[in-house]
Amino acid sequence: MAKILLEMKNITKTFPGVKALDNVNLQVEEGEIHALVGENGAGKSTLMNVLSGIYPYGTYEGDIIYDGEVCNFNTIKDSEEKGIVIIHQELALVPYMTIGENMFLGNERGKKGAIDWNETYAEADKYLKMVGLSESSRTLVKELGTGKQQMVEIAKALAKHAKLLILDEPTSSLNESDSKALLDLMLKFKKEGMTSIIISHKLNEVAYVADKITVVRDGSTIETLDKHTTEISEDRIIKGMVGRELTDRFPKRHDVKIGDINMEVDNWTVYHPLYPERKVVDNVSLNVRKGEVVGIYGLMGAGRTELAMSVFGHAYGTGISGTLKLDGKEVHLKNIKDAIKHKIAYVTEDRKGNGLVLSNSIKINTTLANLDSISPNKIVDPDKEYQVAVEYKEKLKTKTPSVEQKVGNLSGGNQQKVLLAKWMFADPDVLILDEPTRGIDVGAKYEIYCIINDLVAAGKSVIMISSELPEVLGMSDRIYIMNEGRFVGELNAEEATQEIIMSNILKSGEGA
Amino acid sequence: MKNLVQVLRKHTMQIVLVLALLFFTLMTQGKMLSPANMSALIAQNAYVFILATGMLMCMLTGGNIDLSVGSAVCLLDVLGGIMMVRVGLPVPVAMLLMLVCGLIIGSVLGYVIAYLNIPPWIATLAGYLAFRGWGTALLGNATIGGIPDGFLNLFNGTVPDIFGVEGFNVTCFAAGIIVCLVYTFIEIRTRATKLKKGYEADTLTSVVVRCVIICVVVLFYTYKLALSQGIPMNLVWVMLVVLVYNFITSKTTIGRYFYTIGGNVEATRLSGIDTKRIYFLAYLNMQFLTVIAAWMTLARQTSAAGSNGTNFEMDAISACVVGGVSAYGGSGTVFGMVVGATLIGVINMGMNLMGIDANWQKVVKGLVLLAAVVFEILNNKDKTKA
Repeated sequence: MAKILLEMKNITKTFPGVKALDNVNLQVEEGEIHALVGENGAGKSTLMNVLSGIYPYGTYEGDIIYDGEVCNFNTIKDSEEKGIVIIHQELALVPYMTIGENMFLGNERGKKGAIDWNETYAEADKYLKMVGLSESSRTLVKELGTGKQQMVEIAKALAKHAKLLILDEPTSSLNESDSKALLDLMLKFKKEGMTSIIISHKLNEVAYVADKITVVRDGSTIETLDKHTTEISEDRIIKGMVGRELTDRFPKRHDVKIGDINMEVDNWTVYHPLYPERKVVDNVSLNVRKGEVVGIYGLMGAGRTELAMSVFGHAYGTGISGTLKLDGKEVHLKNIKDAIKHKIAYVTEDRKGNGLVLSNSIKINTTLANLDSISPNKIVDPDKEYQVAVEYKEKLKTKTPSVEQKVGNLSGGNQQKVLLAKWMFADPDVLILDEPTRGIDVGAKYEIYCIINDLVAAGKSVIMISSELPEVLGMSDRIYIMNEGRFVGELNAEEATQEIIMSNILKSGEGA
Repeated sequence: MKNLVQVLRKHTMQIVLVLALLFFTLMTQGKMLSPANMSALIAQNAYVFILATGMLMCMLTGGNIDLSVGSAVCLLDVLGGIMMVRVGLPVPVAMLLMLVCGLIIGSVLGYVIAYLNIPPWIATLAGYLAFRGWGTALLGNATIGGIPDGFLNLFNGTVPDIFGVEGFNVTCFAAGIIVCLVYTFIEIRTRATKLKKGYEADTLTSVVVRCVIICVVVLFYTYKLALSQGIPMNLVWVMLVVLVYNFITSKTTIGRYFYTIGGNVEATRLSGIDTKRIYFLAYLNMQFLTVIAAWMTLARQTSAAGSNGTNFEMDAISACVVGGVSAYGGSGTVFGMVVGATLIGVINMGMNLMGIDANWQKVVKGLVLLAAVVFEILNNKDKTKA
């Protein structure tokens, strides 16, 4: 039996009013990849913050035993000195600095305050090679895609002589191929003796890399599954996470009649707003019928969001050409307001960045896209506004004590519900949902799927953009496959499988 | 106990204002509260309330400020002086032309900021430099005096007393009583309708306490004014502006958009709101209010000079910040700004009465500003933790 590198014993951490961690125990063996899974708010990140010293010794109860000794970390620096390095979910690189500068930020090479740039860049190149990047370390970080930036983060961790690498949702902003590369890198490091802890929502990835999986639920560790002794399947993990077996991750739609074509887009081409010679959407045609869920599957950067936003009243792009027909009639949408008036809604993939006003209440966010409807003479009717907010809160089962609550205080799943409420209140016929379940937990996902089903049952059309294959396959009546700005395939739900979709994308890549 | 802490925290600035007033009253043996000084408080600071209202709207959109307003006051006053005195235009015509000039300035600044994406502080810094220079150049380093009385009375005068009792302005005190009655009526009616519809309403005690405090303040102030000369015209202008903008920011759709843009401009844009238009309106509106401030300043100075409006932009920004308007945008109220502006006015007047050196006064004001922001940030931090 291998040596236990890290043991966290009876860790309890309380925030005012909430017990975030309750007697958590975690054992990590040297040289393994250990996954932490659990719903949002289960306490995974809190646990890792305790470990890395973000919550200093004394603010929690319990012991951390690392490499045979009890550790009392007061700052991140303390834990890093021991070789525990955490890579956070949000990338923390400075875009206008070079890779090398970023890599040794706070850990500069040189002596007496003077930086030795030759050594910096030489070492940086060495670590870049270890993570399989061929870029020069003098490249500015802003010129890298998110996938490569994540690799730089890992190289940065290596430069700190990491012995225990903690990755918090490392693939949440990566596309499938970049994710795969990252996971393979983790496996390579494992062979070289590195110990890693990975926190992830993506269960297929967890099942792919992890040796052991610890399930965290409501601040407690529920169980640890060992790949070598038990068979690990996604359903088995989910069972541990939610405490029940989800027999079906996608709710059934009953008797939804698919009607006439509601929206039709033909030969849609969009150019990049800053580089007008670059085509981001290339001659795309699509249609969606009443009562239908149409999935658009594609990797990140395929032009899905750009397509959706350009259709939504030219909210993105320049030189847009093509025709848009609603209910069989051609329309020219001048701006976003016009699009909303024509009953189109675009529900963004980035709810915090451009979907919600986090500093405002649920009520204000719910009515924002259709405020005029409750404002005779442009004066907001406070009664109606309150009623609307409460109505949607109850309809979508948003968990909150009051609609006056600031949206920023809600969990991801509940924020997503507020975002959906806002657009449902705008009373659209066609809803374009861009990654509607990104970053939310399994239970909330299920509820979002139910809402989508209710929408189509009411005769609305839903276009669902997603980079999660199971979701696209589980929810769509029809699937478009997008790659590099073009549609490279259209499949009916019955004929679609993961293999067919991926091979469509691969083939189109070869053809180009 | 916890409730008390919450109430204190929510009303810190009001409490500080009362404490400051008490402090200076003690230090000046009551001179602070004399009728003449109470009347002067509004006369000296009227422009701050007006400009800070406009600044509030700019700051709401994302912590943007307008540095040009002090210089714009100077330029507008010079233009006004030239038109009224040198050209001899009738007062209403001259005032209208000042308004047109102000709106042109506002349109240009608004256009540059909203549609050409020039950072507001740079665009308005250009205005700050150019407008005062332009105004002074037009004057040729002279000042224009002899502004018509009709104009002066519009701002410096008082509301005529219809009762005519010697030594006590009954109209003024009557107005105070009416304000109190109307306020109490509105408070009670709001609570009643809320209860009837089953919404969350304030407790009866808090409504009563609030009404009593407001009535006492209003009656006290109008009593002092009644002993002085009555209701100053300045106060009428300020009340008008404050009430109108309080309505706009709290009740209208467009007011709502100022807040949501400050909170998240992209989310607001993607909700179908023309965000550029809101930015444009913020700066156009700022200059509209600057025109009113310019009228007031011209009347108060009784002349157009190159020094008119010096540092007015800083006074307006300070009033907003002390009044709890977020320097990052998205939060702040007209009422908070009024408290902030009054607090600064009280400190200014108190220090003058105590005979504190002007340079040390600046130091104190700087410290008050810093303390207000630090307090605001610490207060918010606590809230997120709890």
